[in-house]
Amino acid sequence: MSDGLIWHRIQFAFSITFHYLFPQLTMGLALLIVLFKSLALRLRDESYNEVARFWGRIFALNFAMGVVTGIPLEFQFGTNWSRFSRFSGEVIGQTLAMEGVFAFFLESTFLGLFLFGERRLGPRGHLAAAVALALGSWLSGYFIIVANAFMQHPVGYRLGEDGVLHLESFSAFIFNRWALWQYAHNMAASLVTASFAVAAVGAYWSLMGSHARHAAICLRAGVVAGLASSILISFPTGDGQGKMVTKHQPVTLAAMEGLFDSGPDAELAIIGQPNVAARRLENPIVVPGLLSFLAYGTFGSTVHGLNDFPAREWPANVELLYYSYHIMVGLGTLFILVMGISAVLLRRDRLARTRPMLWVLMLAFPFPYIATTAGWWTAEMGRQPWIIHGLMRTANAHSQLVNPGDVVFTTLGFAGLYLLLGMLFVVHVLKEIDRGPAASH
Amino acid sequence: MEAVWFAIVSAMLAVYAVLDGFDFGVGVIHRLVARTDEERRTVLAAIGPVWDGNEVWLIAAGGLLFMAFPRVYATAFSGFYMALMIVLWLLILRGVAIEFRSHQDHPLWREFWDTVFSLASVLLAVVFGTTLGNLVRGVPLGKDGLPGMPLFTNFRPGREPGILDWYTGLAGLFTLVALAGHGALYLVWRTTGPVRERSLAFARTAWKAVIVLWIAATAATAWVQPDAFFNLVARPWALVFVALSVAGIWGAFRFPRRGQELAAFLSSCVFLLGMVATALAGNYPFWLRSTLDPSYSLTAANTASARYGMGVALAWWAVGIALTAGYLTYLFRSMRGKVGADSGAGY
Repeated sequence: MSDGLIWHRIQFAFSITFHYLFPQLTMGLALLIVLFKSLALRLRDESYNEVARFWGRIFALNFAMGVVTGIPLEFQFGTNWSRFSRFSGEVIGQTLAMEGVFAFFLESTFLGLFLFGERRLGPRGHLAAAVALALGSWLSGYFIIVANAFMQHPVGYRLGEDGVLHLESFSAFIFNRWALWQYAHNMAASLVTASFAVAAVGAYWSLMGSHARHAAICLRAGVVAGLASSILISFPTGDGQGKMVTKHQPVTLAAMEGLFDSGPDAELAIIGQPNVAARRLENPIVVPGLLSFLAYGTFGSTVHGLNDFPAREWPANVELLYYSYHIMVGLGTLFILVMGISAVLLRRDRLARTRPMLWVLMLAFPFPYIATTAGWWTAEMGRQPWIIHGLMRTANAHSQLVNPGDVVFTTLGFAGLYLLLGMLFVVHVLKEIDRGPAASH
Repeated sequence: MEAVWFAIVSAMLAVYAVLDGFDFGVGVIHRLVARTDEERRTVLAAIGPVWDGNEVWLIAAGGLLFMAFPRVYATAFSGFYMALMIVLWLLILRGVAIEFRSHQDHPLWREFWDTVFSLASVLLAVVFGTTLGNLVRGVPLGKDGLPGMPLFTNFRPGREPGILDWYTGLAGLFTLVALAGHGALYLVWRTTGPVRERSLAFARTAWKAVIVLWIAATAATAWVQPDAFFNLVARPWALVFVALSVAGIWGAFRFPRRGQELAAFLSSCVFLLGMVATALAGNYPFWLRSTLDPSYSLTAANTASARYGMGVALAWWAVGIALTAGYLTYLFRSMRGKVGADSGAGY
């Protein structure tokens, strides 16, 4: 630990995990706000506008948290991961800079107009501001995913004689196939988070018997968007993403699935605890052949297990990777179930009166956050021991000239600061929810 | 190509200084010029729709530096590790102070966030000035890079200085006062009543102090880094920036007296633009000067990315910045005029 690697990793993992709690809501929510604004215009129903304004306030809180916790990440590439920055900046810097130039200016400008300019812009102008805001936040997601996809599956580069990466083909880099699947999967997940949040607030108001009209709008929008996006995260996006991992990171796939022995008719583990020392899965409940089918499309295909690879190429933390992946997949399956039942009740016009289901919807909103976090942990831990797959190891990427003591200190500082901000954030959001949609202040 | 990108990144930083500069300045004088809750809400409403976009210039400039000069980004950011972490915490606190204040009716919480907002703004203004001072003065870059810079050593610029010494401290103080004057002129333009009166009175005093500190900082630079002056004289085009600074400060004195509020604010914009551009032009081709041995210095040429990537980036940057100019113009036009406490949705 003398060179501080573990602290650099903890600091970055913590700050990016905390950061992504906010954008994962705002990207999906931006789309739902556009939906509310267009329905308001089409149906000439002011309630939709009130719902849009309410979610606009929640958006603003999340956006502010996303901005202030996002800036450190860009800095940390330089401060904590200077060898990585120097090695890959010419390539990865492209999309990090594009995110600022194309996405953040758009997003921040139109958020200002959306929040402060409704009277001046008029109904159509206000809708246009919402669309621009959504576009900005979705663009920003793409640029970041491209940077991450390069780390997962580098394309469009050449390794120069000077020992650093150079951009060889901008189009290959920006349209990395990995990025396309990862983006689709990630954005569907963001819509899941936002839908569950909208449905949860609708359920809360329904259970409390307040804001009946607004509650019905939130429930309907949340459940319809929630069902659609919950299906999308597993098929086709999750499936496509999984096939990319199978093809380009086979050892990661084996670790995610807890598969040690290779062979045809590979079993899919639903439950079980990996015992890495003994190289087996304890107390497994498995479906024979399913993993072969999911990975390659036929039940007889051979899937490589961890035993096929030297241990130094294994992801550093097989257990945590395995659990992250299974938590994500397990929760994703439950989301389809919850939203499916809710949708049936909604269709029969019984959802607003079925209190147990409203309770479920209200209490379900944290789980997409957990599933998304687990998904990103799967992606990031699955890539280890590499920071850029096949090109640079994480152990060679951090800033060696920074005093490890400084990193310990700042990690503790971030932990304390984010704990405080997180508590205040929750207090403010709860207050807005209690204040409800009609309040203008 | 590297000269073009040096100019682009510098220009983005200069625009950042002007734009985020006024909302930092507003933060610095927030508690002085706005006393009641209504006045404070007015001040926040004046920067509410723009402060966040202003900060994007820093993020965009950082991203471009990362892309075009990865080695500078890697060396400077890891070398200034502690200082940058403090900057981050201040930026975080300042951002949430603005946002949380508006969601919170409790008078003590509002008092608390107003104070956090002001303190963070003061410290950030000083830190950014200090940073610019470090670029001009130079840092102890060795053969292997820049080992973690101490925040301070003996407060003397020399071969092994700390981040804060008397020279960079003076640069920080100069920046603090200049941004406070800049923010005051912004509030004169955007507000009415007592806030405007107090801001106007503050601006008069602040700009006098700016002149004194400007002369002091210039003299100190001639002492600490005479090279910067030779560079300027050797590059006649750079004297345009000096002329801009002088014109800007002249306008910042003249226009407020004649009640031309927008012209006064624009003058202080021109002054800041000129100042930052002068400093960076005087420094060219250096990004980071080594105080140990000039051959260790990081210049635009010895840190630049390869041509292909820089060329592609130039194409998309031109498109992106044109779009940005378009909607920022629209934003500032649509919110022109005076603000009141009820102007914003949330403030």
